[in-house]
Amino acid sequence: MLKTLKNRFEQGYRTSRYPKEKIELSSRYRGLPIINLSAPDDVVMQCADACPQNAIDPQRKMIDIGRCVFCGTCERLSEGKFISFSRNFELAVSLKEHLWTAGRLPDLSRHASQHFKALFGRSLQLRQVSAAGCNACEADLNVLATPFFDLARFGINFVASPRHADGIVVTGPISRNMKTALLKTYEAVPSPKVVIAAGCCSLSGGPFSGSPEVSKGLDSLIPVDLFIPGCPPHPLTYLNALLTYFK
Amino acid sequence: MKTVFKQIVNGKAIARDIIPRLAFDEFSHEVLAIIGEGGKIVHYFAYNDGSAVSLMAVFRTDKLLLAASCDVPQNYPAFSAQSEPFHMFEREMAEQFGIRPEGHPWLKMVRYHANSRGLPDVFGNNYSQDIPGNYDYYTVEGEEVHEVAVGPVHAGVIEPGHFRFNCVGERVLHLEIQLGYQHRGVENLMCNADFKRLPVIAEGIAGDTAIGNCLCMAQALEGLAYVRPDGGARIIRTIAQELERIANHVGDLGALSGDVAFLPVANYCGRMRGDFLNMTLLLCGNRFGKGLVRPGGVCFQMTEENRKTLTERINELTPQVEHVIDLLFSTHSVLSRFENCGAVSRLDAEKLGLVGPAARACGIAYDARRNFPTEHYRFLDINEHVELAGDVYARAKLKAHEVLESISIIQSLLKDHVKTECVVSGSFNPAPSSFVVTVNEAWRGELSHCVLTDAAGKILRYKVKDPSFHNWNGLAMALRDTGISDFPLNNKSFNLSYCGFDL
Repeated sequence: MLKTLKNRFEQGYRTSRYPKEKIELSSRYRGLPIINLSAPDDVVMQCADACPQNAIDPQRKMIDIGRCVFCGTCERLSEGKFISFSRNFELAVSLKEHLWTAGRLPDLSRHASQHFKALFGRSLQLRQVSAAGCNACEADLNVLATPFFDLARFGINFVASPRHADGIVVTGPISRNMKTALLKTYEAVPSPKVVIAAGCCSLSGGPFSGSPEVSKGLDSLIPVDLFIPGCPPHPLTYLNALLTYFK
Repeated sequence: MKTVFKQIVNGKAIARDIIPRLAFDEFSHEVLAIIGEGGKIVHYFAYNDGSAVSLMAVFRTDKLLLAASCDVPQNYPAFSAQSEPFHMFEREMAEQFGIRPEGHPWLKMVRYHANSRGLPDVFGNNYSQDIPGNYDYYTVEGEEVHEVAVGPVHAGVIEPGHFRFNCVGERVLHLEIQLGYQHRGVENLMCNADFKRLPVIAEGIAGDTAIGNCLCMAQALEGLAYVRPDGGARIIRTIAQELERIANHVGDLGALSGDVAFLPVANYCGRMRGDFLNMTLLLCGNRFGKGLVRPGGVCFQMTEENRKTLTERINELTPQVEHVIDLLFSTHSVLSRFENCGAVSRLDAEKLGLVGPAARACGIAYDARRNFPTEHYRFLDINEHVELAGDVYARAKLKAHEVLESISIIQSLLKDHVKTECVVSGSFNPAPSSFVVTVNEAWRGELSHCVLTDAAGKILRYKVKDPSFHNWNGLAMALRDTGISDFPLNNKSFNLSYCGFDL
């Protein structure tokens, strides 16, 4: 008993005051890319060629953050002269075309469905479907339940059954072997329901795109309401997306 | 040990024609001789070699890695009939290449996909049906016997897999584990994708083992290109590997505590795991270490400021970790659930070929950091540490021990200035017609990649073996005669990879 109390005292209170107070992530975190449109063409081409995800369009000088894994290759190659990554972790968008960016994202709260805000703003129950990613997206979703983030204080919970859920959060590139299970889970959620694609794999196939075993992204199978980029998305990216879209 | 198998060095490429190519009878004879003398299987796979298909086997003894290949024979008598650890490898080979091991005790698909040669399917599937296709799960018949089927979609935020319990009342007679739901075709992708994509794909094999897999991949390419990363990069990689181990083990201890409804430790560990992930974030900008390791070294410098911050954070956390571990293991309600739950005997562990913490909890000391050291491990003193009981308690206790050991490894590595030449793009030309095996002790145990190149230096075969490939059967064994309500606890105590297995 004494040990329990001593540990409790030592651990203290850890829950963040986000979103009331801003959080600064460490300087090497790579969030929303900043693009220098006046970068020389040869540097732009060099970055586009070296990008492991082929996420850079050198003509339009834009980057697809639905394909990008935020590895930082382009930033290193161009020494920040074409692309540099900011510490802004607010990356979610509600329309797929918004994933192509030149460094600014549309205001998510303005694009969010007022219908969903009215329905789920006070209580949102989500069912997670893990569909063939690497488990990093799932791990950082799970983290939202730990004391620092404490998702439940916003009335948002992950539930055990699709029947109890208002929507699904899908991670992974959706393998051939997970497709039916995913669609069945989707069907089991009562309407009106919301669909969230989380992580690079579910947005575009991610690192596995081109493999005949995976899909081209969740929106090729079912309509998606909210896209959350990252490989994996930082827990704060998830949190910001859920709070901005539903609150 | 006297054998015609070629002795190879971890991470060092050799020309493929140096590897003995044996007639199958001789190959078979040598394999059984190596196994008979205590050799363990590391790899056993098939590959396309021009128009022919060949088999490749890699074994380990205490200090040696041994390799040889052979032509695929017409009739192929299963090694599994004589040595259980071949079981999964032979099923995988049948699935990938349509090679049927005759007399295999339980020839069943692994990941449910068609073979690469367009041969008639060994399992009688045409893949128009959903997984598991043409397969009837193992059944037990009798009065009072019932089945519980769980998954692929589980109740928590976890990876998909199907578990089927044959029970009498609350007792589990047998647990059948069917994976494959996460199959993404990683091995084929690694052969066909541009070289620039390899690190990103390797990091995606299993995100919780991003450092481990990327290390195996980078070491393989470095071996094939005869490049050696500098000492600083090797230290940073070692630190990253140990941070990965700590974060996962701390997370597991918390989850185990949560599964027996002792919530203080569950919450504290959940929070502290995040602090360790944030140290990796500090190092490379990603909580899982993605983007850090690249062939040739690492992409991020350890600045003096980084070193100071990491040292401060780890020094602040260490007493907290120690106290929480002490709290966990001195709480009677926790001990009463951990002890004697899901025990695997040493004999069974040896027979199944378990590796990593799951094996060390059964008294098998093997740790690749000691036996086949890479990176900076050859300069470190990794203690031999085992638990003997083989139960949930032993697995938890072992993880707790490894957390504290890894913390002191990192503390010692942070004592001195670390300097490295950072890698910018990291692209190399692998040597043609070569072969390399890399082995690392990832947090789940022996992780190994094996790469073969063709005459043009293109990757001919990329083989990945996650420690879970050896260990899933250990979980099935642990569940025998255990209460079904203890499944989550046992599952967490192994915490095996679904995606690392499914590839």
